[in-house]
Amino acid sequence: MKYWWYRFYYTTRGVLWPLWVGLVNLFRRPVTIQYPHEKPRLFPRSRMMLYNDIDNCIGCLQCARVCPVDCIAIETVKADKDLGVTNTGHKKKLYVTIFDIDEAKCCYCNLCTEVCPTECLVMTPNFEGSVYDRYNLILRFAKITPEERAEILRKAGGKTAGVTGILARKA
Amino acid sequence: MLRTLLIDVGKALYLFSGLMGLAAILTWMERKQSALMQDRVGANRARIFGLRLLGLPHIITDAVKLLTKEDFVPAGVPTWLHALAPWVTLTVACLPAAAIPFGHVLPWGGQAIELQLMDMQVGLVYALAIASMAIYGVILAGWVTRNKWAVLGSLRAAAQLIGFGVVLGISLIGPVLLYGTLNLQEMVHWQDTTVLHGWLPRWGIFFQPLAFLVFLTVGIAETKRIPFDLPEGESEIIGYFLEYSGMKFGAFFLADFIETVVVAMLTVTVFLGGWSVPYLSADQGGFVWPWGAHTAVPPAGVALLQMAAFWVKVFAVCWLLLLIRWTLPRFRIDQAVRLGWQYLLPLSVLNTFGTAAVLLIVGQ
Ligand code: SF4
Ligand code: SF4
Repeated sequence: MKYWWYRFYYTTRGVLWPLWVGLVNLFRRPVTIQYPHEKPRLFPRSRMMLYNDIDNCIGCLQCARVCPVDCIAIETVKADKDLGVTNTGHKKKLYVTIFDIDEAKCCYCNLCTEVCPTECLVMTPNFEGSVYDRYNLILRFAKITPEERAEILRKAGGKTAGVTGILARKA
Repeated sequence: MLRTLLIDVGKALYLFSGLMGLAAILTWMERKQSALMQDRVGANRARIFGLRLLGLPHIITDAVKLLTKEDFVPAGVPTWLHALAPWVTLTVACLPAAAIPFGHVLPWGGQAIELQLMDMQVGLVYALAIASMAIYGVILAGWVTRNKWAVLGSLRAAAQLIGFGVVLGISLIGPVLLYGTLNLQEMVHWQDTTVLHGWLPRWGIFFQPLAFLVFLTVGIAETKRIPFDLPEGESEIIGYFLEYSGMKFGAFFLADFIETVVVAMLTVTVFLGGWSVPYLSADQGGFVWPWGAHTAVPPAGVALLQMAAFWVKVFAVCWLLLLIRWTLPRFRIDQAVRLGWQYLLPLSVLNTFGTAAVLLIVGQ
């Protein structure tokens, strides 16, 4: 009989308390964000798609070296003319002929942007990275076209100054 | 003769379109209310001419979807038996409403129309008897489709409906003793007055709170909806309508909601004063407020107010049932059976004896 009362108490409580909680929740505002129509407000330091302001990149390869998944592929060639300075005052001594980041591999750890001496590599608030072909997730930031790259390489005698990522791997 | 016939057809149309309409609205409310309870937005995609109407067009899209789906009959199953099960379920779910008074009298062309389909002395027994027949549709659906899970579901349904059906009857003996009648219209008349110097409506719930709670619980169990949806168990055994698709499944689905509305109607009639509006008295010709004031209402207005009050109360109880449905998780079968036999049955028997004892003492 004692057990009966015990169960009676807990059953009753277990029914009434959730009912009260449900009732209170009924009158709360929905938390749903109607996504395609309204965008969520992200936190200020959210880590989303990367962006490289290539004009300020000095090709120092630090980002590629620090990347834990090795998804940044850079190729640089020694400059044969004065390329000017970045807006942080660093002298640009190298052509950045290739600068590809494979966002499909990226783990958004933010390490590359931390080490970048010119702060040209940043994380943007853009989180809508879905694409139909996964090769479209390779972000190509280099401004130098393949023809220009071939010309630069020819002038440099085929000698690159630095190669990282998938470009440095043996096929 | 023809006039009586027309009036009867009109009343039936009114009641059953109300019943069906409310059941259809409940399919929408089910989603919308659950969404609000979970801080979501809920159904809001379908629209008519650009009007979202809080997602109400989803009722129509559901119907269109169910009607255009393939109607699949498993091999070796007699088609007519396969079609009979949802038909029986749906019909039996609707029928108890016939005994329920949805208003008092409507003055119409010098004649008073009784607002009840069948004015029976045994209205309550009729309603319970028909409601207990719901088991036939369920058993038929499980058995005829030759599916183990469906049979399992219908056996569970049988165990549950029979067990709770007993309690359903006994829980109502208390109110019946109190009202001294089985006639649902007379029950409402009994409640259509006030006590405590005109402050409190004389509703059954204030005299039979225990019976109300037990009846509501058992009523939910009879509708076979969560937390008593063991026969269905959508995520595990699917239940007795496993082999049904298209509108035949829709019939089972709708029957659940119709049963919900019918249970709400019975609850309202027996415990919440039926069509009676608090403080509104047809004999006094208007509202008699507790503080002595009097607001005159024409007889037609009284009748319409009472008809509206009935639906408002039914809607409120449906809302409460949905709140419960979206709050509690499903019971295990042993828990449900134990709840029925070990808790609700003793409580309803206790209530019956208590009421009888009190009536005996007070009646002396
Ligand atoms: S954020 Fe992506 S690209 Fe940058 S270091 Fe981490 S993994 Fe590499
Ligand atoms: S660390 Fe910055 S400057 Fe250096 S290669 Fe990467 S992006 Fe360019």
